[in-house]
Amino acid sequence: MQYLRNVATLKLNTGLCTGCRLCVIVCPHAVFEIENKKALIANIDNCMECGACALNCQFGAIYVKSGVGCASGILNGILNNTEPTCGCTGTGAKESSCC
Amino acid sequence: MNNSFDYSNIKPLTLAIPSVSAKWTGNDFANAVKVRWGIGRNNSKITPGIYKIGNPNSQSDIFVSANYKLSFDILRKNLNAFDAWILVIDTKGVNVWCAAGKGTFGTENLVRSINKNSIKDIVTHRRLIVPQLGAVGVAAYKIMELTGFRVIFGPVRASDISEFVKAGYKATPGMRRVDFPFYERAKLIPVDLVYWKYRLIAALFVVFLFSGLDRSGFLFSKMFQTSLFPVLNILTGYFAGIVITPLLLPVFPVRAFSLKGALCGLIFIAILNWFFIAPTIERIALGLIGIAVASFTALNFTGATTYTSLSGVKLEMKWAIPFQIGFAAVGLLLFIISKLI
Repeated sequence: MQYLRNVATLKLNTGLCTGCRLCVIVCPHAVFEIENKKALIANIDNCMECGACALNCQFGAIYVKSGVGCASGILNGILNNTEPTCGCTGTGAKESSCC
Repeated sequence: MNNSFDYSNIKPLTLAIPSVSAKWTGNDFANAVKVRWGIGRNNSKITPGIYKIGNPNSQSDIFVSANYKLSFDILRKNLNAFDAWILVIDTKGVNVWCAAGKGTFGTENLVRSINKNSIKDIVTHRRLIVPQLGAVGVAAYKIMELTGFRVIFGPVRASDISEFVKAGYKATPGMRRVDFPFYERAKLIPVDLVYWKYRLIAALFVVFLFSGLDRSGFLFSKMFQTSLFPVLNILTGYFAGIVITPLLLPVFPVRAFSLKGALCGLIFIAILNWFFIAPTIERIALGLIGIAVASFTALNFTGATTYTSLSGVKLEMKWAIPFQIGFAAVGLLLFIISKLI
């Protein structure tokens, strides 16, 4: 399943990539592939901006504005003037594989 | 003391570590059902710390888990053939993926937990198996720098752990993918169904009350006689958005969740209309409200999916929310007018 096209903020700087494969390992949506010993973004529209790749790239080759893709979380953020937060804790906590 | 038991291999530290069973009791099953309905979710916690499963020794694997009871229970159930350690870190009772997004299942917390539980004295190896989805919060290279432990990202699903370990800590591409099949979507519905209950009751109350509006003022008899159709419109929109849309998610040929919900709401409200006789203006009015409800509740399902991005949801909300508010407002206005003409 794919969500909206051409919106993911994911960027890869191939110049900094060492081909360590960790982005391939941590990505839950097979966004990355390795070609000629370097990572490449093969399926950008699969990206859900979870941020696992960027956090685990010790060479700083990956950028993504990560966060929860959750409408009520974004509404909470707007209403409380904070970053989008998922209603996972506190009363009325939501269950899901994400939050 | 004439005892052949060799005490030299046992450290008091590991003796004090609690053991857990891989078997689920009736209470564990009851908990799993309850939390899916949003009951007692905030008390569904495991005490953070280190646990044994089977008879682990200094060479046994360490599996890292969140302290949400269901996460922990699913892990231990899948470790039934293992002698292993489970390191439970304090995520405030939130599951791995979500806690990783919030940072509680994160580098800092894991380092603290490794030190606090003297993991270096319990095992002689230096590897930790962290669920792959924990990578959202745990930077493997930082754990190595700060503790000397090598983080091995395990499979997404605990049910693949056994095969993963047998393959020499290697996951197949399929084990690394998060999918969102029918039964996964179905599992998430009960909590959403309960989550919006007060807002649902409020919406039902509004149309119930407005049903009694009349040119002559307000008639209780009219309210009781004509409120069934309006109430059913709201309920239909609610169930279309919360139950049917998630179940049939890939069936609707649009990507935006608000459109999937609106489409689903339109279909079911059309069916509802087939069974009722009502003035056209009232049909349109209630249809608009019902579709807005279906669209909004479906949009909220983005919070439960495993593939929607922050940028995508933000973009969708920018145009969807004004439409939903517009539909609901125009619908309510037309509904009031239909009562007064």
